[in-house]
Amino acid sequence: MSEKSEKIERLSVFKTYKLYVGGKFPRSESGRVYEVTDSKGNWLANAPQSSRKDARDAVVAARKAFGGWSGATAYNRGQVLYRVAEMLEGRREQFVREVADAEGLSKSKAAAVVDAAIDRWVWYAGWTDKIAQVVGGANPVAGPFFNLSSPEPTGVVAVLAPRESSFLGLVSVVAPVIATGNTAVVIASEEAPLPALSLGEVLATSDVPGGVVNVLSGRTAEIATPLAAHQDVNAIDLAGADEALAKELEIAAADNLKRVLRPQPVDYFGTPGTDRLTAFLETKTVWHPTGSLGASGSSY
Amino acid sequence: MASAFDYAPAPESRAVVDIAPSYGLFIDGEFTEAAAGKVFKTVSPSTEEVLSEVAQAGAEDVDRAVKAARKAFEKWSALPGSARAKYLFRIARIIQERSRELAVLETLDNGKPIKETRDADLPLVAAHFFYYAGWADKLGHAGFGTDPRPLGVAGQVIPWNFPLLMLAWKIAPALATGNTVVLKPAETTPLSALFFADICRQAGLPKGVVNILPGYGDAGAALVAHRDVNKVAFTGSTNVGKEIARTVAGTRKKLTLELGGKGANIVFDDAPIDQAVEGIVNGIFFNQGQVCCAGSRLLVQESIHDELLDSLKRRLSTLRLGDPLDKNTDIGAINSAEQLARITALAEQGEAEGAERWSPACELPGSGYWFAPTLFTNVTQAHTIARDEIFGPVLSVLTFRTPDEAVAKANNTAYGLSAGIWTEKGSRILAVAGKLRAGVVWSNTFNKFDPTSPFGGFKESGFGREGGRHGLEAYLDV
Repeated sequence: MSEKSEKIERLSVFKTYKLYVGGKFPRSESGRVYEVTDSKGNWLANAPQSSRKDARDAVVAARKAFGGWSGATAYNRGQVLYRVAEMLEGRREQFVREVADAEGLSKSKAAAVVDAAIDRWVWYAGWTDKIAQVVGGANPVAGPFFNLSSPEPTGVVAVLAPRESSFLGLVSVVAPVIATGNTAVVIASEEAPLPALSLGEVLATSDVPGGVVNVLSGRTAEIATPLAAHQDVNAIDLAGADEALAKELEIAAADNLKRVLRPQPVDYFGTPGTDRLTAFLETKTVWHPTGSLGASGSSY
Repeated sequence: MASAFDYAPAPESRAVVDIAPSYGLFIDGEFTEAAAGKVFKTVSPSTEEVLSEVAQAGAEDVDRAVKAARKAFEKWSALPGSARAKYLFRIARIIQERSRELAVLETLDNGKPIKETRDADLPLVAAHFFYYAGWADKLGHAGFGTDPRPLGVAGQVIPWNFPLLMLAWKIAPALATGNTVVLKPAETTPLSALFFADICRQAGLPKGVVNILPGYGDAGAALVAHRDVNKVAFTGSTNVGKEIARTVAGTRKKLTLELGGKGANIVFDDAPIDQAVEGIVNGIFFNQGQVCCAGSRLLVQESIHDELLDSLKRRLSTLRLGDPLDKNTDIGAINSAEQLARITALAEQGEAEGAERWSPACELPGSGYWFAPTLFTNVTQAHTIARDEIFGPVLSVLTFRTPDEAVAKANNTAYGLSAGIWTEKGSRILAVAGKLRAGVVWSNTFNKFDPTSPFGGFKESGFGREGGRHGLEAYLDV
């Protein structure tokens, strides 16, 4: 071989982006894809364009995962969420590139987004075993009863990830949902789905049980409509819906009284409050008689 | 079975309450006629006697009341919390002072036994105001930020099963947090809310802070849909709750819903049978079963089914049904002819679908709306009476073999409000309570309520909690 030949730039290997459902990476059952471009209109990838059937499959996967995930100890869930941060840290460069492409950011700005997203996983990892003490507790009822209120996960939550913040926004809405033991069906940002689809790959290698988070890409309205009307979905976060779609979905959600988190302006760089944690928690209050000892039962 | 004892009548005196022949709407501190001039009659369900004629609110009245509440909001929300607290403490005290009068009134208008209004409803009403009074100047410590703000005008629609108690659950937290209120009581039980208006007058509550609009569903719908209402709170049927959720979709109105239930009362083979029987009876026959958190499905472990049913039937045979004002009465009247028809139809459907119907020998009074305590055995999960809320004194009995089966059956419902567990084994209580998808779990007891204890449902029993620190959230901008 001649050492003198001109240096040919290596052709990179493109990734086929796939959905993340039930711990597996299927294509859309519809066989459809749509073109995803960067902010300048350059082709980035063909993302799966999910169908109603994909949405239903994702709900089945999320329901199946709910018992195990909600039954896991809060400590265990915290470790798993922390593991997600660890895995992301290792893939930092990839996500910086993807976020820069997706949102038209400079490399340094994209890096700040990714760092904030990683830190957000750490923040929520720490919440898993604290939220119950903050929002639950013993109630001093006027009678001989032990009475305890505890938060419990609502169930399967459909999440419309924010359209404009494809990664930090995504993490900021998904992490609180699963931190408390819910399982999620996530619709990625329609225009910028690639960071979300890549997050699926991270979750798959982070000890997050399959089905706890399911990621769908495609037309937001097309996927969200069957989820909002689905009888086995317990709640819906409308962060990624515009006003008209949000209203339509809220009406559909009333059919089985889903808990609805309406879209609101959020600064995803700011430290979150507990709202997104408590939005998908139920309060369960358990009573039991205490019995009673005589007044002389204790002398000190 | 014949009753073991005969009791001489011991009626509570009606003289303690003075019901006027007619009442207006209570808007901006004044009783006023409805704009359309409409009125409706409220009757005593136990005798069908007309108690009073009440102004019937329409959309125009709703608008007037919301305007009054909006106007009052500015000053009310700006008051120091300690001042709002004092108004609520005054209200709590006046309710205690007038509790016998209100208990008799409630029994007359609702049909429930005086034993219940006197010993359950009224003490809980006063306690609820007393509890939230104390929160009014401590909101910064409630875990919703250092200076949580009220929402504005609260539109509240309440049912007929616990008229004054539901009013207390709605109004006390709303006022404590600095909101003003427009409340619509149910059309069959408007009187105690109108008496409450008089209590507001006695307490010196600023005008417009509380407005009471007796009326029908159309008035409730107008209130919920009103543009200037910031908060909607509803207790009632799941179907109406869904309609309300659709109405407020796309607005910024905050919504809480307390809806129906089909509570499972689970009895394990090691349960103390006599206590369980008392709990079962309380669970389904308290307030004639017209309770959203009623234990209307009895899940009994197969091995003790016969023994438990024998005890239960024996106990049911001792229940005294009749004059709600009689202090010995256990079972009062059904609230309305309409509700009686619904209960009757569902019970007939239970028979038609093959369940076995049983009632103790029980003489029903000649006038009024009455339904004998009823239980159904051989009920399957597919039966309508095991799935639909009956909202009457009708118990469906199902069986199970293992704790897992009990939990699966208990959760096999669109509702998720209440559940009961009866067993002497502590670890089983905690395991089962952990798995039940219900907002309130009573173990070795049933139907206990307290202002400090959050109440509300999972799934289609609604969302949000009433009572306790949790109950503040529904009325704060958080």
